[in-house]
Amino acid sequence: MNLFSRFYYEFRRYWKAVQLYLVIAGPGLVVMVADNDAGGITTYAATGAKYGYNLIWFLLILIPVAYYVQEMTVRLGAVTKRGHAEAIFDGFGAFWGWFSLIDLFIVDWLTLVTEFIGMTSALNIFGVPPWVTVVGVTFLMGMMVINGRYWTWEKIALLFCALNLIYIPGAFMVHPAVSEIIKEGLVPNWPGGFNGQLFFFLMANIGTTIAPWMLFFQQSAVVDKGMLEKDIPWGKFDTFLGSLLTVVVAIFIVVVTGTVLKGVDIDSASQAAEQLTKTNHWVGTFMAIGLFDAGLLGAICISLASSWAFGEIFGWAHSLNTKIREAPWFYASYFLTLVTAGLVVLIPGAPLVLITLFVQVVAVTLLPAALVFLLLLLNDKKHMGAYCNTLTENLIGGFIVVAIVVLSTLYGISTLFPNMFQ
Amino acid sequence: MPIASNIRRLADKVREINARYREPQIEMSRAVRMALMALRIYLLLLVCLIVYKFVLILN
Repeated sequence: MNLFSRFYYEFRRYWKAVQLYLVIAGPGLVVMVADNDAGGITTYAATGAKYGYNLIWFLLILIPVAYYVQEMTVRLGAVTKRGHAEAIFDGFGAFWGWFSLIDLFIVDWLTLVTEFIGMTSALNIFGVPPWVTVVGVTFLMGMMVINGRYWTWEKIALLFCALNLIYIPGAFMVHPAVSEIIKEGLVPNWPGGFNGQLFFFLMANIGTTIAPWMLFFQQSAVVDKGMLEKDIPWGKFDTFLGSLLTVVVAIFIVVVTGTVLKGVDIDSASQAAEQLTKTNHWVGTFMAIGLFDAGLLGAICISLASSWAFGEIFGWAHSLNTKIREAPWFYASYFLTLVTAGLVVLIPGAPLVLITLFVQVVAVTLLPAALVFLLLLLNDKKHMGAYCNTLTENLIGGFIVVAIVVLSTLYGISTLFPNMFQ
Repeated sequence: MPIASNIRRLADKVREINARYREPQIEMSRAVRMALMALRIYLLLLVCLIVYKFVLILN
C-alpha cells in the first residue's frame, strides 16, 4: 500500500510538471521548429546530397548554439516584459533602434518571399497553381490570428510544428544503414578535406540555425504569452526541446538525401522532392509536404515578428490577444507584409533567385547587431537584476556570438562573391 | 488632403519616438562603448563591400 501511494504521489508530481510545461510550452518550440524554414530545408537537403551522413556531427553541435542564443531572449522578455525591438530602442537609443527596426522589416519581408517561393514550389509538385497556394496560405494565416487569442494561434502553430516531423518516417522508408550513419556521421570528419566548398556548406548550416527574426520573435512571443520570471526555467526547457527537435529534423533530412541522392547537386528542396519521387513516391511526397509546412511555419513567425516590433515602437496595441478592431495597425502590418510578399512570387519574371541570395546579405547586416545587443542587454544589471548573465553564460554566449558573427558574415560575403570559397 | 495629413502624423510619431528614446538607458561602460564602436566599423565595412559589389555589377 505504501509503495502504491508513493508511486501515485510520484506520478501526480510528474503529471503536474507535464501539465505546467504544456501551459508554458510554445515560443521556444515554435521558433526553433520554424527555424527549419524553406531555406533551411534546402540547406539540409543539399548538405545530405553533397556529403552524405558526414556532417551529422556538425549539426549536433548546433543544438547548444541555438539554445544558448535563444534562451537569452526568454530571460530578457520574461524579466523586462518588452520585445527585442523595444529593448534595443530603450537600451541603445533611437539610432540603433531605427537601424534594427528597418533592417528587421527588410530582412523579414525578403525572407517571407523566400517562404512563399518554397511553399508554391512544394505544392506545384502536386499540380497546385502558385496563385492558389498564395491565396490559400494568406487565408489560413488570417484565420489563425482572427479569433484574437494567442493561445489558439500558438496551438495551431504547434500542430504545424508536429507536421515538421514528417521527415522522420521518410528517413525510415529509404532504409539507411544505421551502422554507416554512426560510423560516418557521429565521428567528426571533413569529407574530402577542409576546402572552400565544405566551408561554404558549414557556413550555410550555421546561417540557417540563427536568423535575426528568431530573436525578435521569441522575445515578443514570451511577452505576448505573459511569461513571468518564475516561468523562465520552463521557458528554457521549451527552448532546449525546440533546439533538439530542429536539429533532429535536420538530421533526418540529411539522412533521406544522403541515402538516396548522394552525389547529386541540389539547388532547392523542391528539386530534391522531385528527384526523390522518382525513386520512392512517398518519400518525395513527404519531402514536398515537409517543405510546404516549413515555409508556412516560417511565414507564420516572420510576419508576426515584424508586426510585434512595429507595434512595440509605435505604441499600437500589438497582441494576438486583441481583436482586429482593437489592434488595427498590428493586423494591418501583418496582412500587408504577407500579401505583398505573396504577390511578388506571382509576378512573372520576378528576380526570385536574386531575392533569395539578397536575404543572406541583408541578414548579416542585422544579425551581428542583434546578437551584440542581446549580450549587452543581458549584462544590464539595472533591468535584469538576478537574471543577468553569469560569467560562464557570458563566456559561452560570447564565444557563440563571435563564431556566428564571423561565419555568417563570411557566408554573406560568399553570396556577394561566389568564387571566394570555391 | 488625407495623404498629407497621414504623412504629417507619421512624422510627428517618429519625432515623438526619437524624443522618447533620445537617451540610451543602458549603462555606457567602456565595454559597451567599445562594442558599439566595433559594430559601427563592422557595418561600415559591410556597406562598403555591398557598394563595391554593386559597382562591379554596373561595370
